[in-house]
Amino acid sequence: MSYAGVTPSARSRAMVRESRHLLFTVAPGAIWIVIFLVLPSAYLMGVAFMTNGPYGLPEMPLSLGSFERLAGFGFLGWSPGNLYTLLRSLWQTLVSTGLVVLVAYPIAYYISTCRERWRPIMLLLVVVPSWTNQVIRTFGWMNLLAPGTPLSSLAEGLGLIAPNMGLYPSNFAVTLGLVYNFLPFMVLPLYAAFEKLDTAQVEAAQDLYASPVRAFWHAVFPQTLPGLLAGVVLVAIPAFGMYVIPELLGGGKGMMLGNLVANQFSGGANWPLGAAGAILMLIATFIGLYAMRRIGKRLGGGEEVVI
Amino acid sequence: MAHDATTSDASTTDSATADSITADSTRTESKPMTDTLTLEAADIPSTEVEEPSREASSIEMQGLHKRFGRNTVALDGVDLVIEAGEFFTLLGPSGCGKTTLLRILAGLEEADDGRLAIGGRDVTEVPPHQRSVNTVFQSYALFPHLSVRENLAFGLKMRGMPPEQREARVARIAEFIQLGDLVERRVDQLSGGQRQRIALARALVNEPDVLLLDEPLSALDAGLRSQLQVELLRVQKRLGMTFVFVTHDQDEAMVMSDRIAVLNGGVIQQVGPPREVYEHPANAFVARFMGHDNLYPIEARDGDRLTTPLGVLSAEAAGEGDLLLIRPETLDLLPGEQPGDNRLPATVTERLYRGSHAEYRLEVGETTLQATLNNRGRRLPEVGDRVTVSVAPEDLVTLSE
Repeated sequence: MSYAGVTPSARSRAMVRESRHLLFTVAPGAIWIVIFLVLPSAYLMGVAFMTNGPYGLPEMPLSLGSFERLAGFGFLGWSPGNLYTLLRSLWQTLVSTGLVVLVAYPIAYYISTCRERWRPIMLLLVVVPSWTNQVIRTFGWMNLLAPGTPLSSLAEGLGLIAPNMGLYPSNFAVTLGLVYNFLPFMVLPLYAAFEKLDTAQVEAAQDLYASPVRAFWHAVFPQTLPGLLAGVVLVAIPAFGMYVIPELLGGGKGMMLGNLVANQFSGGANWPLGAAGAILMLIATFIGLYAMRRIGKRLGGGEEVVI
Repeated sequence: MAHDATTSDASTTDSATADSITADSTRTESKPMTDTLTLEAADIPSTEVEEPSREASSIEMQGLHKRFGRNTVALDGVDLVIEAGEFFTLLGPSGCGKTTLLRILAGLEEADDGRLAIGGRDVTEVPPHQRSVNTVFQSYALFPHLSVRENLAFGLKMRGMPPEQREARVARIAEFIQLGDLVERRVDQLSGGQRQRIALARALVNEPDVLLLDEPLSALDAGLRSQLQVELLRVQKRLGMTFVFVTHDQDEAMVMSDRIAVLNGGVIQQVGPPREVYEHPANAFVARFMGHDNLYPIEARDGDRLTTPLGVLSAEAAGEGDLLLIRPETLDLLPGEQPGDNRLPATVTERLYRGSHAEYRLEVGETTLQATLNNRGRRLPEVGDRVTVSVAPEDLVTLSE
């Protein structure tokens, strides 16, 4: 960007032209990112350190009040409510991501073993539901899990839930909703990994005295690890910040961090607190990504497998 | 010194795309290999004496059948006995079933029918990880996420050998293949020749009853290839292990094997020592596959006198077959017309000069005949020359279509 200040005589014309060309190519994207990502983020940061005004709007002076409230220190002393929300978010993310892996792994493997002309169709079947609006699909689950529906009756009959409670609203419904919603994001990268699986490595492992289970662990799993970790990133990060599903299926019992933040910008009317919550989410996400990188590097034998 | 050579060849071979560079990599590759050969005597006590020498295993196959899908027959009844300690080669064109047979030996493929015994033990139903058989794969199939050391240790680890013992064995085999200073490297940092040796060492370190080799040299360039052929042969003789080698290259098969089985269409065409297969092929397929072109139908026979399109020739012990095989290197070319028994008048139509020898295409009447003559420095017949082809009766072989 500073090339404009350099006199053309100092460097060849071709280089100037090239830099200008580069600048024009990059500029639209860069401007977009600055306006819609950098500036809002900076604003959010700023808001988080401001004081909550009478109508929930941020005001001066700067303070750490929002972070104290986020940590649970309110007018009535310390309460664990927000901490529970954070832990619930982490727990829901962990459980639903784990379940997504368990469900997606065999699906992706199965699709990769199908005949070549069937594979695009099978993948389409996995992806098609996500073309419908997330809210509408979540309402669908409400109808399926509400008290009195066959699924709820079955669960009642098996003694899994109290009479007339229904499977929805509950933490279980939130987990189910998350797993359902994020399944395609795990199946697709895993399928890509399975499709280019080097079967010779699997055979080599078997030939070198690895039982089927160990051959899977030493020759199949490492090969699918990049896909798996990519899927975990794609699932865990949005799941951690999820708003719609816990709002609709949790029924106030399953509040996650995303709901806490959203509430501060609407009903709760405390923008600085909401901004502080958003920053907390951001930090947690970065920590998670860092951990994934470390895990990926260790399991992948020093190879960069995540991002 | 050795380290410098190996690191530099890793980089040259990685960049080796043009033929000229490949030739260069052969030169640098050859360095550690010659070291191996000279170090051999010193290696024997450390690799051999500590281990009690084991009995090599024989392999018996009975009526092996295998088909893929509905229409593809890979093996159509294979009966074969491979002796203990033998270097045995399965030779044939692609699709002949040789790789399928090897995979059945490894347990990676299950025969539809038939029985297989290794070392006297029936292993027809035994899964691959319970067979004392190891394979050197054509693609090497090394584990890219593991280091060289971990690759070498894999089989021993799976069999539950204690770590100290395992490390000692791995260190010894790495030294043995002259890659001792590369054990911490990742596999993708190595050249083709180095990977090939690691693939071999990864199998050998387990000291299997039988070592299977699936065209292990096919990805290497010619110079390195012939060096590794010699090396492989020496390793086999030293360890006394049973080797089953798969190749489509008849020269490679002849150089290395104690015995060769020639396969076609899932059926064994001939089994025998290289000389027998080459000089007395059982049928026209084997003859053509071994590189013979001079095959002529026998139109009439009177005792040992055979009438062919070339003329009448007498064979010493004419067999039953209806085809006559004349090996090009058994022919002699005499200048001008010199009629006599087993002599044919011919015209030279083509000459390929190959330095140590020359190949001739000759016309005998309407029929083409190939001859190969050693270049001993005497005058070489020119294209267009009238010559006389002479062949000894004991060099004529008959076979059936």
